[in-house]
Amino acid sequence: MEFFFITLLNSLSYGLLLFMLSSGLTLIFSMMGVLNFAHASFYMLGAYFAYQTGLVFGFWPALFLAPILVGVVGALTERYGLRKVHKFGHVAELLFTFGLAYVIEEVVHLIWGRAPVDYRIPESLNFTLFTLFNTQYPAYRAFMMLVSVGMLISLFLVLTKTRIGMIVQASLTHPDMVQALGHNVPRVFMLVFAGGCALAGLAGVLGGNLFITEPGMAFAVGSIVFVVVVLGGMGSLVGAFIASLLIGAIQTFSVALDLSFLDLTAALGVVIDPDSKWYGGLSITISQTAPVLPYLLMVLMLIVRPRGLMGTRES
Amino acid sequence: MSEILNKGRLVLWGGVAFLFLLLPFVFSGGFSLSMLSQMGIMVIFALSYNMLLGQTGLLSFGHAVYFGLGAFVTAHAINFVEAGAFGLPISFMPLVGGMTGLLFSLILGFVTTRRPGTPFAMISLGIAEMVAASALMFTTFFGGEGGIVTNRTAGEVILGISYGPQIQVYYLIAVWCFVSMGLMFAITRTPLGRIANAVRDNPERAQFIGYNPTRVRWIMMSLAGFFAGIAGALATINYEIITAEALGLMASGNVVLMAFIGGIGQFWGPMIGAVLVTLLQSALSNFTQAWLLYFGLLFLLIILFSPGGISNLITIHLPVWRAGAVKRLMPSYGFALLTGAITLIGVVGVIELLYRGFLFGGVHVAFTWIVSGLMISIGGFFLRRAIREVKQIWEDLSPELARWG
Repeated sequence: MEFFFITLLNSLSYGLLLFMLSSGLTLIFSMMGVLNFAHASFYMLGAYFAYQTGLVFGFWPALFLAPILVGVVGALTERYGLRKVHKFGHVAELLFTFGLAYVIEEVVHLIWGRAPVDYRIPESLNFTLFTLFNTQYPAYRAFMMLVSVGMLISLFLVLTKTRIGMIVQASLTHPDMVQALGHNVPRVFMLVFAGGCALAGLAGVLGGNLFITEPGMAFAVGSIVFVVVVLGGMGSLVGAFIASLLIGAIQTFSVALDLSFLDLTAALGVVIDPDSKWYGGLSITISQTAPVLPYLLMVLMLIVRPRGLMGTRES
Repeated sequence: MSEILNKGRLVLWGGVAFLFLLLPFVFSGGFSLSMLSQMGIMVIFALSYNMLLGQTGLLSFGHAVYFGLGAFVTAHAINFVEAGAFGLPISFMPLVGGMTGLLFSLILGFVTTRRPGTPFAMISLGIAEMVAASALMFTTFFGGEGGIVTNRTAGEVILGISYGPQIQVYYLIAVWCFVSMGLMFAITRTPLGRIANAVRDNPERAQFIGYNPTRVRWIMMSLAGFFAGIAGALATINYEIITAEALGLMASGNVVLMAFIGGIGQFWGPMIGAVLVTLLQSALSNFTQAWLLYFGLLFLLIILFSPGGISNLITIHLPVWRAGAVKRLMPSYGFALLTGAITLIGVVGVIELLYRGFLFGGVHVAFTWIVSGLMISIGGFFLRRAIREVKQIWEDLSPELARWG
């Protein structure tokens, strides 16, 4: 029971973090039709910017400054990069963001070096919030959940209740009409791209000190976010939300479970000889398969339902 | 048949064969020989990738999976030969790799080719991640961190070919490279290759004339997997070791860069890309730690300014050459080249200073900073003018070029 609750809480905070990443990606995708391969790189930039600004101003100002800085980088990327390659088609746009991911990683090498940087959880949040059975639950994870949920609600409100949200929504489906009504659609595109990048940056600020801030963090999380977006259905925010929580749960639970087929057979009363040919394969534990599970789930989903959970279109 | 094997084409391919034969005599050092071998492998790999991207319009981020799996199965096959379990000459080992690549691309391609476009790109990436993660799980087959070691001199010596000396390996690679190039070119001329182009350009119309786009994509992907497997097998023979890195994301990304830098619009584009990238990688990585950054910047520049790659830059100049107007372009090109070089040196200076941690420092560091900064600003200023000039001349030329077709 104890294991279950603690793991559930952890999976929830991780899932919400994933949603912060995948929501930005989904928004950008449904608006511009561009899959931003560099999205996880903006997540990484968020963590590094938070580390750097945190050194000067402390954690709390960094929590606001770093996402804004990432958003500015995103806006510049859209204005001077993506908009230029737009005329060459989607493949060129995709490859541009792919090349950008390379360059951002190398620039991070260049400025902060190859070793992880010492980006820590602030002292003011470094305490035990409550003790469940015998496990202490850290306050920072709860804070992370709080920020994610707050962000989620404000994103929802901005998109549905404000004027700018209406224009963004209209530009998703009818860009020509919105343009004809006198709105600057390219600027809306730039704003959405910057906003999505800022969300990724915020996720980086929160995730960077919980996990580890190093140049490899973009690659590590990038493909998981793609799995989330494919699972949820390309361009569906609700789908991305469900898939984020699902993948968060799968990854957290599978890493924690140290069971293998050997334990299963042992429970059934069958003991397998360690010299047997099958011993090696059967001794693989669930936690060892953890890195593969999300991708396996994605492939299964593609076979059963190619459009994803909540997707409405095939491509 | 006569149309396919016309005289000009025979001369061209004969020239390529002659070049392959002659290259080791010109570049006979140990380093250049192993570099040539690597180029040969990468040429096959990049061309096989272009069967997907250039010809069928499938942007794959997981092509190294078939390269890597082919390489691993070949490594085990060679080890079986050495143990005496079965006897296939090393010269035909690439077939083992090819069949492995074909098998896996048939299986995985069935899932991935169901959706074209961006979803395909993401799914191929997911599959690549899955295979790479499995490689670290099944250590008996993939050898864990250390990889699988083989011995290419396994089996009997046939006609004095033992594959001990590198030159013999080079010729093995050259022969397979030539054969694969020929086959891949031939595929572009078959009805299948043509329909693949149709599926790339307009899948709906391809469907209207009675072809199933999904199946065409699947077949093309399987064939591409076959040739990638051949390249993987040759890599095993060449290096005698294969690690899980070979099927990872970096390797898959690398072939995307090669194909795109060379240009996906022409059959021979990826060959240029493979040769250039291999050369840059070995040459630059000897001089600077920042070579990946230069590489990424080159890639971005090509996407921003010449999305057709280097081969496209060459082909757009052919009509100018025929019209005899190259002379008019030359001065502006020279100007652009000079200012470009100055800017480049400045950029390189800044990057290298940062990489060595010279953000602050003594007088000579400050001097280098100032010089680099000046070179970037002055060079960049004149480079913009030069580019404007080049554009102007191209515009002036366009009516003339139109007359020349």
